Amino acid sequence: MLLYILKRVLSAISVVFVALVASFALFFLAPTDPAGVICGNRCTPERVADIRSSLGLDEPPAEQITGYIKGIFAGRDFTNGGTVQHCDAPCLGYSYSLGQPVTKLLAQAVPVTISVVIGAAVVYLFLGALLGTMAAQRRGSPSDKLLMGSAITINSIPYFVFALLVALYVTVLPHPQYTSFLSNPIAWAGGLVAAWLTLGVTNTASYTRYARASMIESLGQDFVRTARSKGISERRVVYRHGLRAALTPLATIFGIDLAGQLTGALFTESIFGLPGLGVLTLRAFNQYDLPVLMGCVLLGAVVLVVMNLVVDIVYTFLDPRVRLG
Amino acid sequence: MTSQTANQPRQAPVATPYLEVSDLRVTFPTPDGAVTAVRGLNYSLPLGRTLAIVGESGSGKSVSSMAVMGLHDPKSTRISGSIKVGGQEIVGMSPAALRKHRGTGAAMIFQDPQSSLHPYFTIGNQIVESYRAHHAVSKRAARERAAEMLNRVGIPNPRRRLDSYPHEFSGGMRQRAMIAMALVNDPKLLIADEPTTALDVTVQAQILDLIQDLQRDFGSAVVFITHDLGVVAQVADDVLVMYAGNAVEHGTVRQVLGAPLHPYAWGLLESLPAVSGEPAPLHPIPGSPPSLLAVPGGCPFHPRCEFRDRVPGAMCTTVAPDLVARTADPAHTSRCHLPAPDRVFASEILPRLP
Amino acid sequence: MTEPLLRLDNVAMHFRTKGDGFLARRNQTVQAVDGVDLTLAAGETLGLVGESGCGKSTTARLITRLLEPTAGRILVEGDDIAHLDERRLRPYRKEIQLIFQDPYSSLNPRHTVGAIVGTALRTHNLVEKGGELRRVQELLELVGLNPEHYKRYPHEFSGGQRQRIGIARALAARPKIIVADEPVSALDVSIQAQVMNLLESLRSELGIAFVFIAHDLGVVRHFCDRIAVMYLGRVVEEGPRDGLYDAPQHPYTQALLSAVPDVGVVRGVPPRQRIRLAGDPPSPIDPPSGCRFRTRCWKAQDICATQDPALIERAPAQQVACHFAAPPAASLVAEAV
Ligand SMILES: Nc1ncnc2c1ncn2[C@@H]1O[C@H](COP(=O)(O)OP(=O)(O)OP(=O)(O)O)[C@@H](O)[C@H]1O
Ligand SMILES: Nc1ncnc2c1ncn2[C@@H]1O[C@H](COP(=O)(O)OP(=O)(O)O)[C@@H](O)[C@H]1O
Ligand code: SF4
Ligand code: SF4
Ligand SMILES: [Mg+2]
Ligand SMILES: [Mg+2]
Repeated sequence: MLLYILKRVLSAISVVFVALVASFALFFLAPTDPAGVICGNRCTPERVADIRSSLGLDEPPAEQITGYIKGIFAGRDFTNGGTVQHCDAPCLGYSYSLGQPVTKLLAQAVPVTISVVIGAAVVYLFLGALLGTMAAQRRGSPSDKLLMGSAITINSIPYFVFALLVALYVTVLPHPQYTSFLSNPIAWAGGLVAAWLTLGVTNTASYTRYARASMIESLGQDFVRTARSKGISERRVVYRHGLRAALTPLATIFGIDLAGQLTGALFTESIFGLPGLGVLTLRAFNQYDLPVLMGCVLLGAVVLVVMNLVVDIVYTFLDPRVRLG
Repeated sequence: MTSQTANQPRQAPVATPYLEVSDLRVTFPTPDGAVTAVRGLNYSLPLGRTLAIVGESGSGKSVSSMAVMGLHDPKSTRISGSIKVGGQEIVGMSPAALRKHRGTGAAMIFQDPQSSLHPYFTIGNQIVESYRAHHAVSKRAARERAAEMLNRVGIPNPRRRLDSYPHEFSGGMRQRAMIAMALVNDPKLLIADEPTTALDVTVQAQILDLIQDLQRDFGSAVVFITHDLGVVAQVADDVLVMYAGNAVEHGTVRQVLGAPLHPYAWGLLESLPAVSGEPAPLHPIPGSPPSLLAVPGGCPFHPRCEFRDRVPGAMCTTVAPDLVARTADPAHTSRCHLPAPDRVFASEILPRLP
Repeated sequence: MTEPLLRLDNVAMHFRTKGDGFLARRNQTVQAVDGVDLTLAAGETLGLVGESGCGKSTTARLITRLLEPTAGRILVEGDDIAHLDERRLRPYRKEIQLIFQDPYSSLNPRHTVGAIVGTALRTHNLVEKGGELRRVQELLELVGLNPEHYKRYPHEFSGGQRQRIGIARALAARPKIIVADEPVSALDVSIQAQVMNLLESLRSELGIAFVFIAHDLGVVRHFCDRIAVMYLGRVVEEGPRDGLYDAPQHPYTQALLSAVPDVGVVRGVPPRQRIRLAGDPPSPIDPPSGCRFRTRCWKAQDICATQDPALIERAPAQQVACHFAAPPAASLVAEAV
């Protein structure tokens, strides 16, 4: 087990490293010059050159990337107009536009995104499994058809339209904003309710459909018939025996979805004005704030790799036949 | 010379049967029309005896037995007639009473022990669940009982094996575990639906021995569904031959396999290549079983029957025969118009058998 | 001595698989077939029996060269085809045809029966242009199907009829050998008997040699001249039908025959001696040393764990791989009452 995890961690690190080098190459060697963007409209070539040297953009790419990697593990110094600024490890550089350490920006954005995504996940996992199971049990009945019809309808609305509609019309909800959980849990929850509801409802629609399909398959299995023949309650048959088997495929989908959402629930965050990773990435992209962009990409790669590992490990707990190896 | 002990009737049939099925009909609505998988089945079985139900696939063996267990989904199944288990009527029983019936009144084991056990729960967990569904005991006590059952069905190291998952068992051991689970609540009726079809013959022999042995100990009634006549000869006291959803012949194993009366039973015997005795050419039944959406009128077997011309007056195609005694022996019944079937068997069929 | 039609000479098939278990990630070898010698004469029928996983299907796939053996020779009329490439195999592919167990999954559901059988004809250039349909219809008729049904799809046929289509497809190539892997196991008894009778008439009319695999010992006895009993990838006993069924000499053959429930006992056919094996066959990944059957054998002695018994002739044409081979003490004697 330990050996396996060690191997997986090593391969994860190499994936992240490749992602790092690739995105570094893509962003830093791109034709757009960040110095030009920072410099703005009334710009002289001298000013651009100044900015370039202060950002280290005039160094050869290989040196830039080693500097960057060294920063992550050992920290590094930046010289800005004669003053030396030390950036502690893990250092991802300073935002061009905000002048703050990227790590700090990420540290501010991550709790927001996690709050939004995990809160919504609780909603849609629970509701999706429940509704999907109920629909599967009543397969073909009017309530099943109604439920599936609504799920398909919700899924066919583009997500940002749905989110905008909620933001504009569902005004009874508290005003969306982010408060730290530690400072005021009630305000934290109140400010996120709208986002949870939006992300939760659309995903509930999808998860109801997944869960229903998975449950229909599982309820047709021989072991469900065996369970019934034991004389246990129908609820136990469906939820303990049927749902238990149906959860395994759901866990895989959930792992992938969660990784995607953690790297930025872009629409949710921007429509509800929550300063999460999605918003941070978008802003960095618009302003060509390369260090922030790099930080977001790197974090995304780490999240993806970690989620993959987590799904595989969770799988071995869900299905005793699966062994890591 | 008789050398067999297993096939001797062990006791005279007890007056009150434990299981009594009368005029059972089971219908499923399907997009192509209503499928009546069981059409007017009658049989009864006292405690301590084994009834084998034989017939080709689709003849309604499983559907009728699932009805005895009360396992059909009431929303998509129409059941009529009567099924009495230990004096209790199963047809139309309330869900709560049915739940109690399943496991304590009757228990079932299935064809494929691999898919019939839940892959995510340990064997012990699954047996404990069965026991605690009907007994208000602690987990500890239930585990104790489960270990005792595993031991009884011949699984070595039962206490340790409780924590194994089904995939860690071999096919034969899985079926043993299924049997332990079925018998944990001491049901008086065990239904075994092709319990050895998925197993190798050496393992099948072990399981058949075990079932017979347990039956002697528990004194229960056993319904043994199979399509293997050899297995029937080994385990059964009584035999019910099914065709197109109904019984076509019923009697003791000596009667039905030794001197059958129905042309379908003859066909089955003549289709069977023997493992001993003089090899004889096979004489298969022509055609294939009917679709249940369009069961032939008159005798449902008539399109495949080589004897229908011997019945006067085109009776075979117009009049459905009843399941009644056709010879001097009142306990041996058959659903066929053919006159003097015992003589036909003795003079025409028996010489062709190996 | 002239070369037989088919000869397997010490053929082995070891599959390499990834082991499960996280610490033990070493690759494992499944010894599915391990040193099998078999011969098949023209027109002869050889039966292969044994428990699930003993290597019957693997042997079938080796003979038809759907697998390349890891050791040994597969001789067809003296030519070793064990390692031929696809191009040079072509003529042998025509000679050796395979019939599968599952009549449901072995036919392409999107092709008509005419196309399925016709493809086999065209692959081997066995029919001139324009003659294909006539030949397809001839073949359908030969296997007892309505020749007008060539336009139908497999799902429009019952299981027994589908198995007949599979047989027609195999016959299309005019093979000398048909390897039939459990051709009747999925069928109901009455349909099984129909298909067996069909195979039998084809054999006597066309003189095709069969390698016939089944786990039903009655079916094999009915159909085969000679029978080989396999256990864990080896042939443990091989001989003419009557010798093998009446006086089996290997403990495993004896146990296997004893385990078959016989309907004849009801009519007074004396039952066989009662032998019950304990447990299941061991895994072919790590077979026992010496005699592979020793973990379940009631006759096993110390020598069985150290010395692998060779397949030796113990009765006319009957070969047995056992240190203590002997006919059963009471082969057809009833069990004591
Ligand atoms: N491609 C493969 N890779 C690994 N192992 C294999 C492969 N094919 C077969 N085996 C193994 O080889 C052994 C023999 O398999 P084979 O299919 O020949 O058995 P069989 O005698 O035909 O059994 P059955 O009666 O169940 O059809 C089995 O243990 C099987 O799991
Ligand atoms: N839920 C169902 N809906 C429709 N038809 C069914 C259903 N269950 C069984 N049948 C049909 O009933 C017939 C009898 O089935 P079954 O009792 O399982 O046969 P067997 O004798 O092989 O056990 C078959 O034709 C089968 O297709
Ligand atoms: S009633 Fe007629 S058709 Fe039916 S089995 Fe008897 S003889 Fe055959
Ligand atoms: S060699 Fe030994 S172990 Fe093997 S079958 Fe013979 S007696 Fe049994
Ligand atoms: Mg069935
Ligand atoms: Mg096979």
